[in-house]
Amino acid sequence: MTVVSVQQNVLALNGDEAVALAVKQSDVDVVAAYPITPQTIIVERFSEYVADGEVDTEFVCTESEHSALTACLTASATGVRTFTASASAGLALMHEILYVTSGCRAPVVMAIANRALSAPINIHCDHSDSMVERDSGWIQVYVENSQEAYDSIIQAFRIAENPEVLLPVMVCLDAFFLSHTLENVRVLSDDIVQGFVGLRKIPLVASHEGKKVPFRLDPENPITIGPLDLYDYYFEHKRQQEEAMNHAPQVIKRVHDEYAQLSGRRYGNGLIETYELEDAEIAAVCVGSTAGTAKTVVDELRAKGVKAGLLRLRTFRPLPTADVKEALESVRAIAVMDRSNSFGGNGGPVFHEIRHILYDSKTHPHVVNYIYGLGGRDMPQSLIRGIYRDLGEISETDRVESRVHFAGVRE
Amino acid sequence: MTEKQKGWKEVPVAGVCWKPATDYPTGDWRTFKPIRDPEKCTKCLLCPMICPDSAIEWNRNTEDIQFDYDFCKGCGICANECPAEAIIMTREEEEA
Repeated sequence: MTVVSVQQNVLALNGDEAVALAVKQSDVDVVAAYPITPQTIIVERFSEYVADGEVDTEFVCTESEHSALTACLTASATGVRTFTASASAGLALMHEILYVTSGCRAPVVMAIANRALSAPINIHCDHSDSMVERDSGWIQVYVENSQEAYDSIIQAFRIAENPEVLLPVMVCLDAFFLSHTLENVRVLSDDIVQGFVGLRKIPLVASHEGKKVPFRLDPENPITIGPLDLYDYYFEHKRQQEEAMNHAPQVIKRVHDEYAQLSGRRYGNGLIETYELEDAEIAAVCVGSTAGTAKTVVDELRAKGVKAGLLRLRTFRPLPTADVKEALESVRAIAVMDRSNSFGGNGGPVFHEIRHILYDSKTHPHVVNYIYGLGGRDMPQSLIRGIYRDLGEISETDRVESRVHFAGVRE
Repeated sequence: MTEKQKGWKEVPVAGVCWKPATDYPTGDWRTFKPIRDPEKCTKCLLCPMICPDSAIEWNRNTEDIQFDYDFCKGCGICANECPAEAIIMTREEEEA
């Protein structure tokens, strides 16, 4: 156990409120947002902080999510710290600017309250909205509970703004299960968080005037960010973004460790969290709040002598390939749980990637997929028990009858 | 340009320009070239003001208007706006 070195208060907060408080304490200069359920409480609560004079933040109410992210991106380009939040259709409307933000290397932090995409219209939880943005050049962290949402937002600013990374970060929390559910959240004091996050560091960049100048828009030292870039240089800039993603895992782990020293809270190694996985013969893989339910099922199975384990993917981008491979290589049968679908893609996105990681393993474990919980459909312990039962059969017979399943849908 | 192109490790991030815009002769995109008739031109200096690429200048030495064909993209605004109809657009000859 890490020794907790600072005093913390316990507050009753839902996930959205926990995010708003973390943003308040992180000394953010500009927040631009457009409301959408189930994210609304985040910016609503933050606007109260602004109205009450509790923060020194420029709060911009925009006419759309496309504009909200554009405002954050452009403010960020001047060297300040920015935050926004969205979900579902709002995130989809930001799609174009997500790529512009990562391409301009603007370390914007955004909270996503994961919600299904229309149609039919649905305001409840699944991961379709953020999974579809996995290739947009943003770091993606999926949290299990509101405590982790609070902790991850604070860490996100440090990760995004690290000069070796300089990438935007999405912190994804499950709609309603987390965003609207009251939970005991341990919070650090304002000065401790401010000290941890610190001031944004601005690296130097070569300018058109032949000087090394701070990488920010400044009339005293003018630079141009993100202009026309054709077949001669576009590819090089995209390669740099991949390199930034390569640097991110070490930075995520370092920031996570440093934060753990302060708070006493750890989420695996910051990239993945393993639960009873060391000697596991069967294991599930999931992201988000389902991990909490799955851990209860694992405890129950362990008590019966079943060697069951769980891997929670906390960081989905960059994909912690080496960590996942090492953690799952000795498992005989693996069920990947996807709270979104890739229609016609023979499985969901998490399944594709976990299976792709394990292709190179010498042990070649069986990997099957369970698509579940679309549009907020509940994922009770009984369904998760069923998944482990299937895995037991696969492990015993060494045979997979069916690769992709839909758990919890009515026939 | 025969200059060696930079690799991804050298090139500044986020497309930040490390050379001024004047290093890029954008005039080679041109299809139509503006030609001025000095007989008709009244030197009213409207065209240097309206050129979107600042490719028309007043030359102090010759005391005359001068086109910078390295940057003129041939948009034709000068020809359209010239009150004396002293500028005509002519198709660039294809190089053999």
